[in-house]
Parts: sequence; C-alpha cells; structure tokens
Amino acid sequence: MAITSKNPPALTARNLSVFFGANQVLKKISLDIAAKAVTAIIGPSGCGKSTFLRALNRMHELNPEARMEGEIRLCGEDIYAHNVEPVIVRRRVGMVFQKSNPFPTMSISENVTVGLRLNGMRDKKILAERIEQSLRMSALWDEVKDRLHAPAISLSGGQQQRLCIARALAVQPEVLLMDEPASALDPLATSKIEDLILQLKKEYTIVIVTHNMQQAARIADFTAFLYLGELIEFDATAKIFTNPAQKRTEDYLTGRFG
Amino acid sequence: MTAPNHSWRKFKNVLMQVVAGVCAIIVVTPLLLIYYHLARFGFSSLNLAFFTHLPKPVGELGGGMANALVGTFILLIHAVIIGVPVGVLGGVYLSEYGGTRFNWWIRFTADIINGVPSITWGIVVWGLLVVPMHGFSALAGGVVLGLMMIPLVMRTTEEVLQLVPGGYREAALALGISKWKTIVQIVIRTALKGIVTGVLLALARIAGETAPLLFTAFGNLGWAHSLTEPIDTIPLLIFNYAISPYDDWHRQAWAGALVLLLLVLFINVGVRFLTRDRFQLKG
Amino acid sequence: MENHFEMGLDGLRQKLLTMASHAETAVNQAVQALMQRDHGLAVKVRADDNVIDAFEVEIDELAIQLLTKAPLASNLRLVTVAMKVSQNLERIGDEATKIAKRARDLAQEPPVKINLDLPRMAGLALAMVKDALDSFVQRDSAAARAIIPRDKDVDALNKEMHQLLAQHMMENPDTIARCLHWIVATKSLERIADHAKNIAEEVVYLCEAQDIRHTLKN
Repeated sequence: MAITSKNPPALTARNLSVFFGANQVLKKISLDIAAKAVTAIIGPSGCGKSTFLRALNRMHELNPEARMEGEIRLCGEDIYAHNVEPVIVRRRVGMVFQKSNPFPTMSISENVTVGLRLNGMRDKKILAERIEQSLRMSALWDEVKDRLHAPAISLSGGQQQRLCIARALAVQPEVLLMDEPASALDPLATSKIEDLILQLKKEYTIVIVTHNMQQAARIADFTAFLYLGELIEFDATAKIFTNPAQKRTEDYLTGRFG
Repeated sequence: MTAPNHSWRKFKNVLMQVVAGVCAIIVVTPLLLIYYHLARFGFSSLNLAFFTHLPKPVGELGGGMANALVGTFILLIHAVIIGVPVGVLGGVYLSEYGGTRFNWWIRFTADIINGVPSITWGIVVWGLLVVPMHGFSALAGGVVLGLMMIPLVMRTTEEVLQLVPGGYREAALALGISKWKTIVQIVIRTALKGIVTGVLLALARIAGETAPLLFTAFGNLGWAHSLTEPIDTIPLLIFNYAISPYDDWHRQAWAGALVLLLLVLFINVGVRFLTRDRFQLKG
Repeated sequence: MENHFEMGLDGLRQKLLTMASHAETAVNQAVQALMQRDHGLAVKVRADDNVIDAFEVEIDELAIQLLTKAPLASNLRLVTVAMKVSQNLERIGDEATKIAKRARDLAQEPPVKINLDLPRMAGLALAMVKDALDSFVQRDSAAARAIIPRDKDVDALNKEMHQLLAQHMMENPDTIARCLHWIVATKSLERIADHAKNIAEEVVYLCEAQDIRHTLKN
C-alpha cells in the first residue's frame, strides 16, 4: 500500500514473514514507513506488533529459533544483506522499550552517553554536548541539569523513560522504534511522552507499537492494523479511525473483538 | 464475630510460633558453642608471638603459626588465580552463550563435582602433580584449591548473571553495542557485587579445606622457600597438632582453630558489607 | 458478557426513534388542525412540543457521555450523526408548532375560499421524514440518497401555493391577513422537508462516511 507523503519512505518492508521455530508469527507483511512521521502499529494481543517492530532493527537475531523471510530496506538499503552488520543497523534504528531500563550502575549522564562511549567515542567535548542535546530533546534537561551525576535509578518512572529516550537519541539514529513506551506510566507521564513524540517527529521517523487506540489516534500520522500476523489495513490515522475500509478493522475499533 | 474454632486456631498459631522459635535456637546453638569453646581454650594463646614465630620443636614451649598463616594466604592467592578467571568466564558462557543441551551437561557435571568429597580432589592432584614432581608442594596445594573453586564460582557467577534483567541486555544491544561489550560493560558490571560475593564465599569455603591438602601441600614446620616445597596452612596445622600427643600443641591447635574461624567470619562480614543497599530508591 | 458501550449506543438509537415518532405525530396533528380548523388540537400540538425539546437535550447529553468513551469508526459517526438528527427533529417539532399556531389563528376566523392542496404537500414532507428515519434504522444509504431530490418537489409545491395565495390576496384584499397565515404554514412545511433532507444526508454520512451536504446537485 503506497502512502503519499512529502519524503520517500524511511523504511520499507516487503513480504516480511517471521517464524519462531515452526510457528509463523508474521505473514508476508508489506508496508512503507513514512519519513519524519509517526506510524502506529495497533492490533489485539499476540497479533505480531512487537515482532514486526523488532524485525526493523534485527533484534530477532538474539533468538536462535527466529527465522525471517522477505526484505526490509532502510532508505533503500537492505538491512539484512550479508555484508551488513546488525550493530550498524541498530545504531541507525534505535529502540525504546516498554519497561524503562536505565543502567543501574551508571549515572544519568553516563547512561546518556553509554551508546557513544562503548562504540569508541572518547572526545569529552562532543560527549558533553550530546548529553545536553539529547536531554533537551527528550524534555528532561531542565529537571536533571543540576544532578547529572546522580544515579539514573533515582529518577521517577516517567523521567527514567525519558532518559532512555535520550540515551537512544544520543547515538543519532534516523529511526526511533518505540514498543508501548508509555504503557507502564501514569496519565500525566504518558501525556508528556506523547508531547515529546510529537516534537521528535520533526527530526526523526518514529514507529510506535501501542495497544491504546486513543494514543494512536492522538499522535500517529499513519496507522497499521495487524491481526493474527497479517496486515489488515494501513492508512492515514484520521481515515482509519473514522472510516476504516476493512470490516475486521471496523470490528476491532468498535470493540467487537480484541 | 468469632468463628467456633477461634481459640483453638489461636492456640495452634502460638504453638507453631514457639516450636519454630525453639528450632531456630537449636540451629544456632552449635555455632555459639563452637565459638565459646574456641574462645575459652584458644584466646589465651593469641599473642604477637603466636602470629609471628615459627613452630618450635616438640618439648619447647611457645612458638607460633606464622608459616601456616602465610601458607594459607599464598595458597588462597593461587586458588584465586586459577579458580576465578576460569570460573567466572565459565559462568559467563553458561549464562550468555551456548545452546541449551550442551549447557545442561556442563551444569550437571559442575553440580556433581561440587558434591565430590574434597579428599578425592586431593588424590587426583596427588596423582597429577605430586607423583611426577616427586614431592609435595605449595603448587600442588594451590592447584587443588583452585580446581575446587572453579565449579563453585562458575555456578554462582551464572546464577548472578541470570538475575540481571534481560531488559538491560536488550537495551544495550539496541544501542548498537556489540555482544561482548554488552556482557562485560553492562551485564557483568551490574552483577559485579554478586560475582565478588560468590568468589568470597567460595574462598571462605576452601580456606578451611584440610583433606585435599594432606596429599598435596602436606604441611611444613618451617618456611617454604619455593613453590615446589611443601607448605603449611592453618587447617593442616590444626590437624597435625590436634592428633599429636603434646598438650602444648593442643593448646596451639585451639588457637589456630579460633584464628581460622575468625578469618571465615571476617570474609562473611566483608561480603555483607559489600552487598549492603547504598541508595534509597525512588518509587 | 454485556458490552456497556453497545448498550449505550442502542439507547441512543431508541431515543432518536421515539423522538422521531413524536415529531411525525406533531406534524400530522398540526396539519390536521389546520385543515379541520381544530382549535383544541392546535393547542395540544403546541403543548406537546416540550416533550420533543426535552428529547433533544437528553440525546445530546447521552451523546456527550458516549463521546467521553472515545468511540471510533462507525460508532463515532453514529454519535455525531445522532446529535445532528436530534437537532433536525427538534426543528421539525418547532415548525409543527408554528403550523399549529397558524391553525389556531385561522380557526378563529372564517375560512378562506381557496383550493390549496395542503394535504398533498404535507403528505410529501411527512413521507420524506418517515423515509429518512427508516433509512437510519436500516442503515440504507441508497434509500437515504433517494430522498434528497424529493425536496425539490416540495419546494415546487410551496412556490405554486405561494403564487396561488399571492394571486388570491391581490384579488381579495380582505383575505390578506388570513392568506399570510397560510403562507407561513406552507413555508413551515417546506422547512420540514428541508430538515428531512438534512436527516437523509446525515444517514449517508453515517453509512458511507461521505459528507454530501452543500454539494452542487442539491
């Protein structure tokens, strides 16, 4: 399904299928992720949303039973090609998880720069700049600028999640994948994360998995509805949520199942 | 609003509480008795001379266990050099790499080895080192203690690494950090206290080993001048003195036992101190 | 297990249908009062308008409540359409009241000797209202679309009647006051047909998610 937007798509999936052992979890999914926009993946539990997200940054390779068919291209380049290292893909496609996980043995600033330092960057000036830049981008700078050396785990749940976002942004990825980033947070913290996403989309391509349809309606430009591993419908969010083309989408949105 | 059996149930609750309390006291009592006896019989012998002098020949009073103290120290260092790298890396492999079937066999074997009586280790190393070298040696003693440490450290390291939540590994990998760097800089760093605890506890355990050293280090009433000479350790000295017919040696055996117990106590207290909660976590 | 939201939506539909039947009855009775010079019936229609007004308030309140539950897709369209339809039904009730007022005034004076086929025009308008509500119940978009051009017929009839009345007024100046009442009554019927057309357009939006209001062919 082609989506018209001002830029060429940042990520394209063609006939993507993922198997865990003999179990086929994703069935020939093809879709274009628009650049500098928010794309939401919605669907009932077990429909393959997180599996699809993790295929976009080669995270399935950590699972020895996972097998993939099909193709995923990042700005035209096949990310699963033989000569492409997963580590490089993951620096261009970052990920934020459902449960915030700042490294407990590190301070706030150390957490932000860990991706840079462990990949070899030593220049203290650049690191200091990135700390401020990333924390500003994730709307956390004002709250922590006076205690950058405090342990990361001393922050509240919502702050920790924003720290994880800053950590992912510090590596300067092109795409940010978010797996239900606000589902463990209270409504106020959730609302801050959503505002942050709306800010970030000016610079980054964002793909967000969410089980909260209203969240998708609030922040996503495009929405994909997955069911039992298949892509049922993919369109502009406003269209899907007011007048979906597929009956299964309509049934899901009106609460008849899922 | 009381049910019919209320007073009977209340009595049962109190009864079980008392029984459990008494059992707890029974468990702790032997340890307290040991400390009491050691302190009573050994404390008076603890003086500076005891810690700095060599054993005197039979018949002469006085003397100390300086060589046994140093010997214990040297053998423990050797054990750490042999046991810790292999044990920790083995634990890392079990936790972070490898297919399931192979790992299962390794764990199974390690658990069996942990249960093997330590004297068997002594005989094995006797055959491997003492016989070819035509003599007992500190080296053999260090090797046997190190070999005993390996399965202990490997299993505790693996368990501690498994306690590190998978979320940290995922987050690190998602940042484009390579697997080995993730393991060293994130996983091991997070579990470091636990790994050190495991090493210290293994040390506390082998510090008191006597049987395997009977065939390897053998014991020495004087200084060992090189690693290929027999060497004395505190438990060996206690053993030799205790089975001797000499009262003065008996007295020193008590003192040695007290020192050994204090050493083990010191290591355990150190472990508690290291693993204390330093931060108040926010909700 | 009951779906409370579905029950809320059903309640909304039911209220709309009840309100519609009250509105249809009001128009029927108003026209009857007019044609039969029934003063009592005219007063009754005016009094019953309160019931219709109350329904509009109730339906809007229920709709707002349902909106807080963030309905999506066809549920969302149903709620917004219900609010629009209730507004149109309330206006139909108001127009019926206006007809009743004129009926009351005309009943107190001698009848005008003019052949106005008001019942036919009323019949057309009422049929549009009934068909619009039927298409809402049946979710029949084609039937709703068929209603829309019928508004032109009612408009034409209205124009015809106004011409007749204008003619009569010029020839019989003493009937001007009474003819003006008739002009207002026919205008109200024409407005009722307009509201029925609006309801049909809302039904098309509900079924097809297409907004056909204010398009040129209308």
